[in-house]
Amino acid sequence: MGLLSKKDTALLTDPLADNNPITIQVLGICSALAITAELKASIVMAVSVMFVLGLGNVVISLMRNIIPSKIRIIVQLVVVAALVIIVDLVLKAFAYELSKTLSVFVGLIITNCIIMGRFEAFALGNSPWRSFLDGIGNAAGYGLILVIVGFFRELLGSGTLLGFKVLGDPIEKSGLYAIGYENNGFMLLSPMALIVVGMIIWIQRSRNKALIEEN
Amino acid sequence: MSKKTDSNLYTIIFAVIMVVIVGSVLAFFATSLKPNIDENKRIEKQQNILYAMGVNENDEANANFVSTAIAGQEFKKYIKKQLIIQGDKVTEDENAYLIDVKKEQSLAKEGKTRKLPLFVGEKEGKTFYVAPIYGKGLWDAIWGYVSLDENMVIQGAYFDHKGETPGLGANIKQRYFMDDFIGEHLLSEDGEFKGVKVAKGNNDPKNEEKTDYEVDAIAGATITGDGVTAMIKSDLKLYVPYFQSLKN
Repeated sequence: MGLLSKKDTALLTDPLADNNPITIQVLGICSALAITAELKASIVMAVSVMFVLGLGNVVISLMRNIIPSKIRIIVQLVVVAALVIIVDLVLKAFAYELSKTLSVFVGLIITNCIIMGRFEAFALGNSPWRSFLDGIGNAAGYGLILVIVGFFRELLGSGTLLGFKVLGDPIEKSGLYAIGYENNGFMLLSPMALIVVGMIIWIQRSRNKALIEEN
Repeated sequence: MSKKTDSNLYTIIFAVIMVVIVGSVLAFFATSLKPNIDENKRIEKQQNILYAMGVNENDEANANFVSTAIAGQEFKKYIKKQLIIQGDKVTEDENAYLIDVKKEQSLAKEGKTRKLPLFVGEKEGKTFYVAPIYGKGLWDAIWGYVSLDENMVIQGAYFDHKGETPGLGANIKQRYFMDDFIGEHLLSEDGEFKGVKVAKGNNDPKNEEKTDYEVDAIAGATITGDGVTAMIKSDLKLYVPYFQSLKN
């Protein structure tokens, strides 16, 4: 047995599929809609959330026995906001370019319901190490969906991936565009993100019947 | 039995201590990192101005600034004069690039005469006049630098934004959008200020028409595009008297 017990591994892997924060718990939808028009933005967001959630879970877990239950939500908000602001300041001072790419995400991270959700549901009742794993696992599950949605939206909406013109040039009419292919501008708008997420949910539930709720 | 963490006194004390600790930690970070952050912003302004006049390290598709290490010396090398235009007065000031355009705009609203910074650069024997512009996009501020020749024909443009949507409005800082402005005329033939409109249905994707006062809009970024149109119109118009005085 290595560093991770079986239970610990489950903390990391469960959120990737059968307990995915987006497709099963339907948390963090707002940021998933907002920033998945590009693959790069999705990846940046996934990494940022992983950092904040991993660290935030540990901090909350360390404080779990002293937090007054009446104001625990406020305490959680303060912790996540402080963490995000510190990260933002440090990046601005030492990695200015990166901080500019992240600018819009800072606000989105603080309001991400997955973060509050994991603080409340997990970190308040578990040890720091397990909370850390849970944070990383949930952020990875969130990131996975973001990357899938970002991939399809950028590919079908702009014809590019990470900015590279993988389908040819729409203005020069090269590649696929030479035979009459057109980008679907609709994919760039937020409602299409919801539809893509819906399709992922559909595929996931049709493959695993246990996930379908009884009415 | 109630836990000790449930009592009101405990809750209040906890809240007070937490706020004090978090507040001091944040204040410590903010003040100790401020010099670095200000320095980064200062260098970025120099890079922006240089970018607009074509001093950059663009590769085939991406916009790249000159590196931060050499930005200062390149700025000295290419920017010959930094002017402040205030009413009819034109003065030189080597720190004109640090003027806060947003502040000047609000001064103008209060009825005062705003300072208009203008950077005169020279590259390969050609003179560039770089002017800052500032406006609002969909979510937050957008700004940029436009370099002009003496006839107010755009020679280069750099746009940036604080928080436009990635993949949509944020694309105003992409090469394909910024490069469209190059060669566009701001003045009509009889010298009237027209500006450049970010237009839907421009029907000119390769942007060959340079005197139509229009460039192609970005799909899904109407309001950001309108913001660019508006800031070009309102801010660059103020420089018309100066360019007229150049001719006389």
